Amino acid sequence: MLQFSFWDILSNLLIATQWTIVLSLIAFFCGGIVGLVLLFMRTSRIAPLEWFTKIYIEFFQGTPLLMQLFLFFFGIALFGVEVSPWMAATLALTFWTSAFLTEIWRGCVEAIPKGQWEASSSLALSYIEQMRYVILPQASRIAVAPTVGFSVQVIKGTALASIIGFVELTKAGTMLNNATFRPFLVYSLVALIYFCLCFPLSWWAKKIEGRLNVAR
Amino acid sequence: MSYKLQFAELLPYWNVLLYGLVFTIVLTIVSTVVGIAVGTAGAAARTFGPGWLGRIVAVYVELIRNTPFIVQLFFIFFGLPALGLKLSETTAAFLAMVINLGAYSTEIIRAGIEAVPKGHIEAGLSLAMSKWEVLRHIVLNQAFRKIYPALSSQIIIVMLGSAVVSQISAEDLTYAANYIASRNFRNFEVYLLVALAYLLLAMLTRSLLRALGRVIFKAR
Amino acid sequence: MSLVSIRDVRKSFGPNEVLKGVSLDIAKGDAVAIIGRSGSGKSTLLRCINGLETYQSGSIVADGIEVAGANTNLRELRRHVGMVFQQFNLFPHLTAAENVMLAPTVVNKVSKAEARATAAEVLAKVGLSEKMDAYPSELSGGQQQRVAIARSLAMRPKVLLCDEITSALDPELVNEVLRVVEQLAREGMTLILVTHEMRFARDVGTKLVFMHHGKVHEEGAPKEVFAAPRTPELQQFVGQVG
Ligand SMILES: Nc1ncnc2c1ncn2[C@@H]1O[C@H](COP(=O)(O)OP(=O)(O)OP(=O)(O)O)[C@@H](O)[C@H]1O
Ligand SMILES: [Mg+2]
Repeated sequence: MLQFSFWDILSNLLIATQWTIVLSLIAFFCGGIVGLVLLFMRTSRIAPLEWFTKIYIEFFQGTPLLMQLFLFFFGIALFGVEVSPWMAATLALTFWTSAFLTEIWRGCVEAIPKGQWEASSSLALSYIEQMRYVILPQASRIAVAPTVGFSVQVIKGTALASIIGFVELTKAGTMLNNATFRPFLVYSLVALIYFCLCFPLSWWAKKIEGRLNVAR
Repeated sequence: MSYKLQFAELLPYWNVLLYGLVFTIVLTIVSTVVGIAVGTAGAAARTFGPGWLGRIVAVYVELIRNTPFIVQLFFIFFGLPALGLKLSETTAAFLAMVINLGAYSTEIIRAGIEAVPKGHIEAGLSLAMSKWEVLRHIVLNQAFRKIYPALSSQIIIVMLGSAVVSQISAEDLTYAANYIASRNFRNFEVYLLVALAYLLLAMLTRSLLRALGRVIFKAR
Repeated sequence: MSLVSIRDVRKSFGPNEVLKGVSLDIAKGDAVAIIGRSGSGKSTLLRCINGLETYQSGSIVADGIEVAGANTNLRELRRHVGMVFQQFNLFPHLTAAENVMLAPTVVNKVSKAEARATAAEVLAKVGLSEKMDAYPSELSGGQQQRVAIARSLAMRPKVLLCDEITSALDPELVNEVLRVVEQLAREGMTLILVTHEMRFARDVGTKLVFMHHGKVHEEGAPKEVFAAPRTPELQQFVGQVG
């Protein structure tokens, strides 16, 4: 039987970590773009757009991410399209991320005083121009901390992609555990790697938040 | 789409779904109650306890908040037996949930405690209240009022996260879905139905917690 | 021909009727001072004129543009009708000059250089040439309000609406803002001012409007109206504040 040394285990886990990072980045950036579009729709005061985003957010925030992964994995297949775990995971994580980011950002937009909307509309700025030049520049300052904070949730969320068979850090851990029968060591290392990815982001988010509070 | 959704094929499995649903609800309730108790103790230890205890709690909180729940679950279920601690699927699921919510609620409650103005504590002490009485009647009371919404959302997040316990074969709602899907191969229908069940559960929990909050904090 | 014409405007917030048939004509070059008790509907009327609020019946025509609910061309309207607020509402992330330049560059597509020249001109007019690059947080309340006036002026509005623009200021800062408004009135800018400064209303206004319970209760030349109020409500009001 093949023997795995400590270094074999660690290096295999680190290789798989690359996929955790890639998936996280894609989900975060695609989710951010979709989230921004949804944010415009959500705050547009156009009833059908608002309703659509409300239902969208309710669904993706109100159901387990795991269910969303299953639904994408099996749902796309119904259209006769070949689905890879990679594709299902990317789509589910993107939509899931966008729902949370939209809500976070909406909170930041709503924290901007009403007078800023009134003053800018009195200057004949259109809704998009108001958002672009007046509201978002201010909202984005307070949005940085919770957005960075949420990136930690995205990284942790990618762990669920293992369940539909995408080989990232968690899945690699499971496979190595089955091969080595050293669960304590393997899962300790897996947890440690996630910690090394997430903790700096958590710490950074907290630091920005603190600085913003002092600036007030 | 040529495919026809067939929800009727799920009917024979209603009792499996019901069992899973009850399991998920009980899991959520128990871990909420115990988890918040852990969180309260943790927050009190961090703010009022000795330094070394505070640091231990801080490490616990950061370890949990910065690793995925599924890894925590696997560690408890697969990893701990290596140290001689063998747990059943159900016990491991409950334990992981409590540890997870305990860490998050420690952080949330601590923020609430720190938001209580120092003057209120001094005022309480000046009224001859003991430290313990001040904590219970002034600090925690105000803190919980303030963080109740945050805590409520965390409870819902943890409830949805509990779907993962199906991966160690704890028999929750998601496990029921997997079980049915493996029998009748109506994957999409099963998962859609169960996703909607979770959605309903989340909405229900939210209104329930809101109503409960109104009763608990009805003064003001 | 009046520049702003308000005909029998009615406006309710839910069951609460706030404007109960207001009619008013404002000619070019008028400086109309609107006074009245708190809650009499002064702000609401002003906000209806530039479409920040909608009204249920009647009509408002400002500079030839009909302000009528959903299908109003609000953008066109607001290019001609400026507004200054009680709380200044400067954009805190932009400097004084950038606050002033924003609408000309974005709405009127004026070049940056040209907008900056305009900003320099209007900021000089309000006496703030040396504060062009200051952020709102670095300015006093009076200075902030003067930047807000300059910001509206940069759009070259036909009418300027001012809603209690000195009410949020410390007493010693009120005059520097009033002086700017007085200067504008003298230059012939059409102004509609809601104000609690009675002396200012009398000395600078060309027309006085007393609002009471959502109606124009009395109107006329300021000096005459103040000297001899016809209605007991205005007598009482003038007695209280004057
Ligand atoms: N957005 C709103 N929703 C509901 N009621 C409103 C709203 N804005 C104003 N009102 C009501 O309309 C009435 C008139 O308000 P308005 O602000 O026009 O008064 P005002 O004459 O400007 O008073 P003040 O001198 O205090 O500024 C008040 O009774 C107020 O409560
Ligand atoms: Mg007012």
